[in-house]
Amino acid sequence: MEGLLPDLDVIRKDFPILERTLAGGVPLVYLDSANTSQKPQVVIDSMVDQLERHNANIARAMHQLGAESTEAYEGARDKVAAFVNASSRNEVVFTKNATEALNLLARTIELGPGDNVVITEMEHHSNIVSWQLACERAGAELRWFGLTDDGHLDLSNADQLVDEHTKVVAFTWVSNMLGTINPVADLAARAKAVGAYSVVDASQAAPQLPVDVQAVGCDFLVFTGHKVCGPTGIGVLWGREELLNELPPFHGGGEMIETVTMARSTYAKAPHRFEAGTPPIVEAIGLGCAVDYLGHIGLDAIHAHEQTITAYALDGLQSVPGVTVLGPLDAAQRGGAISFELAGVHPHDIAQVLDSRGIAVRAGHHCAKPAHARFGVQSSTRMSSYLYTTPAEIDALVEGLHQTRSYFKVA
Amino acid sequence: MSTDLDALYQEIILDHYKNPHHKGLRDPFESEVHHVNPTCGDEVTLRVHLADGPRGPVVQDVSYDSVGCSISQASASVLTDLVIGKPVDEAMTIHQTFLELMQGKGQVEPDEDVLEDGIAFAGVAKFPARVKCALLSWMAWKDATAQAQSDSATTGGDTA
Repeated sequence: MEGLLPDLDVIRKDFPILERTLAGGVPLVYLDSANTSQKPQVVIDSMVDQLERHNANIARAMHQLGAESTEAYEGARDKVAAFVNASSRNEVVFTKNATEALNLLARTIELGPGDNVVITEMEHHSNIVSWQLACERAGAELRWFGLTDDGHLDLSNADQLVDEHTKVVAFTWVSNMLGTINPVADLAARAKAVGAYSVVDASQAAPQLPVDVQAVGCDFLVFTGHKVCGPTGIGVLWGREELLNELPPFHGGGEMIETVTMARSTYAKAPHRFEAGTPPIVEAIGLGCAVDYLGHIGLDAIHAHEQTITAYALDGLQSVPGVTVLGPLDAAQRGGAISFELAGVHPHDIAQVLDSRGIAVRAGHHCAKPAHARFGVQSSTRMSSYLYTTPAEIDALVEGLHQTRSYFKVA
Repeated sequence: MSTDLDALYQEIILDHYKNPHHKGLRDPFESEVHHVNPTCGDEVTLRVHLADGPRGPVVQDVSYDSVGCSISQASASVLTDLVIGKPVDEAMTIHQTFLELMQGKGQVEPDEDVLEDGIAFAGVAKFPARVKCALLSWMAWKDATAQAQSDSATTGGDTA
């Protein structure tokens, strides 16, 4: 099949979990990578090595282990900076996850009465609720781009939504529910034109697209480590250096200060300004290794693989009677997460039957209730592929859906 | 198809799912609650109508509107079959028995005399992710009944 990663068999061997069997001896068919990706051995090894041989706190230990640990942690920052093409390593802030990165921005960007924040109807709850809270605190107005029937952003009223009172335009690069790839550079330019900050949620984009923050022209971009083959507990906030240094601190504590007296403190510059306390050192090192791994394979090649699998899956899913795919039907316009409905069977029940066959998918609202509501859907089933996904696994899913229909007697 | 799957999806459950009993919201009622399962989005709106009986309040009607999976829908249907017409005390005992079955991790032997069709849910207890589905309407009913009773206590027991 044209477009698949050439060494797919070799890549699959990098991921030990893919060899697992599940109850009943069935092999794992992992189609839940938009939820969390699996981890290659090299990432696991990097974390074990850190714990076995180099463990010490960073930046505050005056001994050899401390120096090694600090070097590994800061080395991970360099790798992430390269991964997103940051102009400076100081622009990469490690957070707990993408949610914390978004909350950091929503807590530190100053809003007031009369200001507005513009988001979209296809956001993950983390990019909705954090801004709802910020607007409620400040007496600011929350606005959003609606969606077209085919799952794209409705930009027809963009000039009314983004106006001179807009402080922040926050949007996802790739929808976790609809799969839609948004015109992020255009949206960032629109924010810039009115003097607003642009905030890109790249949680679903970073795993499968080349991310170049300078090409996008945005002010801030966030993503989470565990969806890019890294561990949980580590996320990234990238921000333009001068903007990060203008923002007030988020959490107070060790490592984020310049000097402290009992009366007041002054604060370190980014990135340490936003990394109070002992950070997730091992997780950061694992993430650095993960983005190196992806970079070695090449994000362009991974993107081509995802698009090939997605096109194959869109065809396969639509060959099942009663299946309705949500979001764009053209693989070129979307990422590798495909949400769908199967007439007469609830997503939980679909996921349960698939699970009995070793096929892991997600069922529910995928933390995107408003996007589901927009399409009159209470919940959906979502398959999501990644660089290790094979066409045979898509075949297994399609066969499993036929089986589901017959099990629930809708065939 | 695995036997575990068949244990989960007993015919009784699929029957109740296809043809739910007592579904739809009805008057009169003393309390109405709306419960959701935040992890999956399943929702139920449930009303309780109590009436005075010879030995205390009786569950006169339970009506509901719901969206969700086969387990949550069938469970609501079975709930209404089991509690409508029973004294509240007895219905609460049935509730407790069903709760213990669901929380028993598949180790509790279901009592058919008490739970009737509810014994079909014994297999659900082996699937931790689905226990909440089975309990959604039951928790809503308990909540609504408690509210109806506390309201009736403050208004002098008039449950008409």
